Amino acid sequence: MRALTKKNLLILSSIILTFALVQVLFMVGILNSFYEITIATICINIILAVSLNLVTGFTGQFSLGHAGFMSIGAYVCAIISMRMGSVGGFIFGMLAGALAAAFVGVLIGIPTLRLKGDYLAIATLGMAEIVRVVFLNLEITNGAAGLNGIPRYANWLWLFLFTVLAVVLINNFIKSSPGRACIAIREDEIAAESMGINTTKYKVIAFAIGAFFAGLAGGLYSSYFYFLKPDLFGFMKSVDILVIVVLGGLGSLTGSVIAAILLALITTFLQSFTAVRMIVYAALLVLIMIFRPQGLMGSKEINDILKFRFRNKDEKIE
Amino acid sequence: MDQFLQQIVNGISLGSIYALIALGYTMIYGIIKLINFAHGDIYMIGAYIGFAVTTYTHLGFFPALIISMIGCTVLGVLIEKVAYKPLRNSSRIAVLITAIGMSFLLEYVMMFFVGAEVRSYPTLIPKKAFHIGDIIINTQQIYIVLTAVALMILLQFIVHKTKTGKAMRAVSIDKDAAQLMGINVNNTISFTFAIGSAFAGAAGVLVGIYYNSIDPLMGMMPGLKAFVAAVFGGIGNIPGAMIGGLGIGIMETLVSGYGNSMYRDAAVFALLIVILIVKPTGLLGKNTREKV
Repeated sequence: MRALTKKNLLILSSIILTFALVQVLFMVGILNSFYEITIATICINIILAVSLNLVTGFTGQFSLGHAGFMSIGAYVCAIISMRMGSVGGFIFGMLAGALAAAFVGVLIGIPTLRLKGDYLAIATLGMAEIVRVVFLNLEITNGAAGLNGIPRYANWLWLFLFTVLAVVLINNFIKSSPGRACIAIREDEIAAESMGINTTKYKVIAFAIGAFFAGLAGGLYSSYFYFLKPDLFGFMKSVDILVIVVLGGLGSLTGSVIAAILLALITTFLQSFTAVRMIVYAALLVLIMIFRPQGLMGSKEINDILKFRFRNKDEKIE
Repeated sequence: MDQFLQQIVNGISLGSIYALIALGYTMIYGIIKLINFAHGDIYMIGAYIGFAVTTYTHLGFFPALIISMIGCTVLGVLIEKVAYKPLRNSSRIAVLITAIGMSFLLEYVMMFFVGAEVRSYPTLIPKKAFHIGDIIINTQQIYIVLTAVALMILLQFIVHKTKTGKAMRAVSIDKDAAQLMGINVNNTISFTFAIGSAFAGAAGVLVGIYYNSIDPLMGMMPGLKAFVAAVFGGIGNIPGAMIGGLGIGIMETLVSGYGNSMYRDAAVFALLIVILIVKPTGLLGKNTREKV
């Protein structure tokens, strides 16, 4: 069986170990409900950052509208699970929300992905603003007051499951042939096109997958925090996600995961100083760009770095 | 019909403020190909400087306008030196992210010092309304439009008749060639930031008069809309920014006048997406072909 290689077993066991460790910490009571919120935020942010990294880091399409997709997923999931009111409804809502986000992603992506760099950034930003204004005015979303009392089905198990699912699926996509095409587009769009890659098609695919997982994260958010209002998903939220991706390194999935955990911990420590938190975020963004524009991990994954260490050790022994 | 003309009048005064901000965007984009997200926040700080000057020293409209313009000039040049200059040779996404970071930094540092609450602007211009037929034009609108027009004429003069203006145009066409011709590129870029920021400062004071209220996050929306205006007119093109600004202003007042004012912002961004799809170079922009 090829699927049961040593590497895959190692990854699988470390995933189960992480889950078991946190679960035990919950049961023993070291992690109380305050930290539970932090952990939920980490999971949701990992999904968001990894999906944005696919679009911005791997395909090289600068998107500032990720919060818009998240809000679509959140509202669709919330409305469906409020009507159906069961775990099945929650799962169905999550899927419907993610699909709705992906659908909007394709719809927006086809015309706007012809644009490059900063134009695309502004167009996606505009899209997210339009989505926000529409939710602000719709009857079913209860306007500016927002939705309250969404049934709470998302717990640590669901959060962890979906986070692992998102990271593994996106990682596999990048390793696949379409994923390689996306990386080629990032490196040089014209060269990729002359190699016979249909650039628009792969850009739209990456965009749709990114939107799908952002919608999923939105669904989890709505179910865990059981309260939604359009202002939660403004420009600020998109920048929050971007900070995670940039800090972790554009083009590094493990970097995004590490940065999501790191920033959530910083936020928890700065909980009582909300004003300072945003100053720290902004200063961090500027400083990273000036002093370490490739982020914490660059475009390397954590196993690349570990492998490199081992090889160095071996050479020393010889 | 009267209501329509009234909306046009309101739109022109709002639009001339957008045009002033859009000029800064378009000049900076023209010269270093950067969407300066912090520009909207320089305009916010301009409004606060005007507020401080008029409230604590009781100066009039014109001294406040000039002090705010000077303050913003210093700030704009400082931001350019600290945040953008070290990144002159890095990727455009890196500079764009820095600009977003800078924008948030200005907003929240300001919020830290002055608080998040909305302040009401002092009345600088005696309010008097003129009736022309059924259309009402008040003194504030006249001041706003006249100030904006005067500044735009000044800008046209600087760009087309002075040596620095010539250098600015040269750098925006080809940075390397300009350097070879003995133009100090760094100084020229700083000068562009100085002018753009001064205009944003002026727009800040004018918007304080127009809306009568200021807060630390006021720069975000008008900043983005002014950018839409710059794209609408053709980015990098100075007359285009003026036309774009007026167009966005009029469109916004018409949407709030006849439709739903809640959809005002959405309409502006929908317009942006339509322009980007139909004519990405804007109304007056030139086509540039990408070379391999």
